[in-house]
Amino acid sequence: MFGPGLDKIKAVVIGTSAGGLRALKCIIEKLPAQFDIPILIVQHLSPQSGSFLPNYLGQFTHLQVKEAEPNEPILNGYVYIAPANYHLLVEKDKKLSLTVDEKVNFSRPSIDLLFESAAEAFLDQLLAILLTGANNDGAKGIIRIHQLGGTTIAQHPESAEVKTMPQSAIETGNIDWVLHLNEISVFLSQMAEKKS
Amino acid sequence: MDSHKQNAHLLHVQDVETELLLEAIFRVYGYDFRNYNRAHIKRRIVQRQNQMGLDSISAFQHLLLRDKEVMKQVLKDLSINVTEMFRDPPFYESMRKEVVPVLKTYPYIKTWHAGCSTGEEVYSFAILLKEEGLDKRTQIYATDFNPAALEVARKGIYPISRMKEYTANYQKSGGTQSFSDYFIAKYDAAILDQSLRHNIVFAEHNLVTDSVFAEVNLIICRNVLIYFDKQLQNKVLQMFSESLTKNGYLGLGSKESLMFSAVKDEFEVVDAEQKIYRKKIQSAG
Ligand SMILES: C[S@@+](CC[C@H](N)C(=O)[O-])C[C@H]1O[C@@H](n2cnc3c(N)ncnc32)[C@H](O)[C@@H]1O
Repeated sequence: MFGPGLDKIKAVVIGTSAGGLRALKCIIEKLPAQFDIPILIVQHLSPQSGSFLPNYLGQFTHLQVKEAEPNEPILNGYVYIAPANYHLLVEKDKKLSLTVDEKVNFSRPSIDLLFESAAEAFLDQLLAILLTGANNDGAKGIIRIHQLGGTTIAQHPESAEVKTMPQSAIETGNIDWVLHLNEISVFLSQMAEKKS
Repeated sequence: MDSHKQNAHLLHVQDVETELLLEAIFRVYGYDFRNYNRAHIKRRIVQRQNQMGLDSISAFQHLLLRDKEVMKQVLKDLSINVTEMFRDPPFYESMRKEVVPVLKTYPYIKTWHAGCSTGEEVYSFAILLKEEGLDKRTQIYATDFNPAALEVARKGIYPISRMKEYTANYQKSGGTQSFSDYFIAKYDAAILDQSLRHNIVFAEHNLVTDSVFAEVNLIICRNVLIYFDKQLQNKVLQMFSESLTKNGYLGLGSKESLMFSAVKDEFEVVDAEQKIYRKKIQSAG
């Protein structure tokens, strides 16, 4: 059902803010247990939220969900979550790095920083998904990903709890697929199947 | 399709230029950023290049190597000074509970804040020591490689707008007094109690290129090592291990850990969550 070229995807990045918890759960719980493409997530959270998100999402999947650590290699079978109050970046050698730099788009972690750095590390082997959210973090990242041949998905604004984030990305003209949450799950599953 | 290839080519060129630039900065100015995590460094450099209206890193390099003022700016760009007072309150709480009681048994104490930025962390610690009655017998070394940050640190004057947040941090950290006793407000500024400064020496020190300068009982180095690659982290941790007295303490940032480092066996864990370690009496090596 989905286009050619997806069998080369080596990493998935996901960005979301307001409403993201429910949306992420929807996607994560439908992933097949043998989904063998690493997933990196930035969800805007309060600095005090500690390791709430990895614990929460970990309940719904057999994949390993963990907080990203500095200099950690990106491995298949893992879902990495940006820690609250740190930016998450991807290095050229496909390792993770964290920084405490100033907020970007009023956010730390910032989706743009993850997306832009992941685009430069994975080039056309990257799939990016932008979900519900109340600001336009991620839109710049989407542009960079497209420039380097990656594939981009935005949650259908009508189905998003808050449409600003997917809408801003769509308006850049750099979104390949506009999908509902359940379609995103199907997309990911099919992509993983094709690969194996 | 072709445009992706062209963009990927330009990206590759940019990456090579970044590498050359870092090499050139090291050779000309002595600052060694070659083993800093590259994604962050490159983003900062490209940002500065764009702000200066230059169309390539090579063009930027041309200017940078000739103009020391540009290097000063780049040093600021690459030294992330984001900090706060009593950042991560539980860290200070644990210091009070686990480390201070031991320090109290020493007649004289030396501590080193490495990468102290604009000083907020150092003054927070000075307040803690004062409340624990240790200030009179403690010598604090506070170092950073960014002279502009040190200048701010020496003054101890911070925006009044941040005091609300710092007060909350202070209270959560186990502070025993009223935080407002430690500063006076003047217009937009909060001027820290000058007496906090009497046992602090602020000095320029580069963790990558300078060596150990004192034997100390406690090193606090938070949110600096996350900017370094594994190899450089190990090198700096080795220097810390050398600088610590037997049984000396090391406090790192909340996302930094000794667990996967080369000096792991030389330390024992005091508080895994707050990243507080203690050098073993008999170190493995
Ligand atoms: C993010 S700040 C951390 C400040 C404080 N320790 C805290 O956690 O709030 C990082 C500091 O490390 C300093 N730094 C970076 N590289 C350094 C080096 N090679 N030598 C000394 N200081 C360095 C920067 O100038 C900056 O002030």
